[in-house]
Amino acid sequence: MTVELGWFVPVVLSVISAATPLLLAATGELVTEKSGVLNLGIEGMMLVGAVTGFAVTLSTGNAALGILAAALAGAAMALAFAILTQVLLANQVATGLALAILGTGLSALIGKAYVGVALQPLPKLVLPILSGLPVIGPVLFHQDVLVYASFGILAGVSWFLNRTHAGLVLRAIGDSHEAAHAIGYHVVPIRFAAILFGGMTSGLAGAYMSLAYTPMWAENMTAGRGWIALALVVFATWRPARLLFGAYLFGGITILQLHVQGLGIAIPSQFLSMLPYLATILVLVVISRDAAKIRLNAPACLGRRFHASG
Amino acid sequence: MRRRTFNKLLGAGAATAALARAGLVRADEPYKAGFIYVGPVADFGFSHQHDVGRQAAQAALGDKLKTTYVESVKEGPDAERVIHELAAAGNGIIFTTSFGFMNPTIKVAKQFPKVYFEHCTGYKRATNVSTYNIRFYEGRYIQGVIAGKMSKSGVVGYVGSVPIPEVVMGMNSFIRGMHTVNPNGKIKLVWINEWYDPGKESDAAKALIDQGADIIAQHTDSAAPLQVAEERGVHGFGQASDMIKFAPKAQLTSSIDRWDDYYTQRIKDAMDGSWKSQDVWGGLGANMLKMAPYTNMPDDVAKAAQDAEDGIKSGKIVIFSGPINDQDGKPKVNDGQALSDAQILGMDWLAEGIEGTLPH
Repeated sequence: MTVELGWFVPVVLSVISAATPLLLAATGELVTEKSGVLNLGIEGMMLVGAVTGFAVTLSTGNAALGILAAALAGAAMALAFAILTQVLLANQVATGLALAILGTGLSALIGKAYVGVALQPLPKLVLPILSGLPVIGPVLFHQDVLVYASFGILAGVSWFLNRTHAGLVLRAIGDSHEAAHAIGYHVVPIRFAAILFGGMTSGLAGAYMSLAYTPMWAENMTAGRGWIALALVVFATWRPARLLFGAYLFGGITILQLHVQGLGIAIPSQFLSMLPYLATILVLVVISRDAAKIRLNAPACLGRRFHASG
Repeated sequence: MRRRTFNKLLGAGAATAALARAGLVRADEPYKAGFIYVGPVADFGFSHQHDVGRQAAQAALGDKLKTTYVESVKEGPDAERVIHELAAAGNGIIFTTSFGFMNPTIKVAKQFPKVYFEHCTGYKRATNVSTYNIRFYEGRYIQGVIAGKMSKSGVVGYVGSVPIPEVVMGMNSFIRGMHTVNPNGKIKLVWINEWYDPGKESDAAKALIDQGADIIAQHTDSAAPLQVAEERGVHGFGQASDMIKFAPKAQLTSSIDRWDDYYTQRIKDAMDGSWKSQDVWGGLGANMLKMAPYTNMPDDVAKAAQDAEDGIKSGKIVIFSGPINDQDGKPKVNDGQALSDAQILGMDWLAEGIEGTLPH
């Protein structure tokens, strides 16, 4: 038994660290998309968050400030997107792609001075009492603040979208901005807030990469995780619980395939590297194959321009 | 040959004057050399080291030389455009520093027969195209010796990037070195199928440590695996540059790519007209590969490492000399034989002691 647990705990810890950045970024994007806005720029916002978080933590020695700065940096990137798409009515797909590219370049520029500099990993916050629980104690309650935040934010978003009036308004705007506008809701300001929230969590996801996952700054260090987060939102059919499941499934298979290789099981490594993508898409598509339910959850105005007339 | 020595004696100043008379450059204008890198200069790895080499050449040749570089150039059509631009901009010699730049380099070289091209890690040459590379595997042999002495479990975790001969010869060399001090030593191998993804690299290192490895070796580009080694209290090796800052307690040594002298010499050759197409594959002996200080190990291990380094330099140690078996125990190299460079460059089998698969 102890042998099995000895294997189990470190694997689950690796899974959590692989899933956390995906979950953080995807949660924010879910809110943005629920309001009817498609922001493809997650990768760029994550990278700017990562470099800002790293730079501020390094220069102040305070990780809390670093995390805050990362969230603000992500939100600042999102603000540019919001102004372009909501005020100037630019195409959301094109603007989002531009944001991803801009973020990659901008983060590289800011990060020039920080390449090759090491940083202490984010401290683990051991929750009293809970961390003493057998098995799940060391796994779930011996984590850094951003892991707790990823669960907290997801729970908050789930509650907000499904249980609050404001959440209902946000969803209504995502489903029909004209109708919501006609009955007096302020479409543009609410979408602004949703976009900024998305930027904030992408910034946090970036901070997790550069402060906890691999505590360093290296150009393009997110290596495509922003795009995976984006895909997770769609395959989870915009439902927070499935997002959690999808992020952990993806992270889990990523880690497991490495273990399978280490055990010397003869499966081509290229296939194993592909497996997380394949399995996550397959499982999420299968559990979400009810077309009527997808229509119900998918924001009908996703990506469409809104211009208040009259 | 005599002409080359003569020119060297004359010094670069006279050489420039000679070139000026030949109408190649005006006397007051510096000679131009161009570089293209596949990654960002700030990758702290492969491309970074090429840029260190460029700066060394620039420092050595001063005002007589003007270098330009283009970083993060994708392999493919983009590369051809960039190489073409560098040639059209009047660069006399152009260094293209990634395997995937091979065909674009050959193509552009045909259009600019008067420009010299230097392609790193490739095998296609022309009258105005040279190839050059470092025997990285020599450093991995030394790493293997150190790992064999340092590992308590006898299991090394190896983070592999992409299954190509360059990577395969590295790990085979590693296990050869390891077996000289611990004949039962093993490599556990995990491929991540990427050159660069810090997150995945660190996940792979964690998985290997969880499975009993107490030394981490890597053939990927970021410092992430080494950082994991530091965090988990095991040892590891840096890649391409000295990564001691990321792992002050974990790094044992690092194989450092050193292009400085090669770049300086080739640019000098181009300036004085003695440049000839050639194929260079230099290692520790040619000072193209350097080992970072042997740290975090007892003196006897550091001495064994130094002995291996000296042995390779002097030619006393021939890494791929028989008998060598493949991972299934079948003989690959017989006693008294050694692999030729061509055989090493085409290596597609894993040596005995490596646990893992080589996808074909």
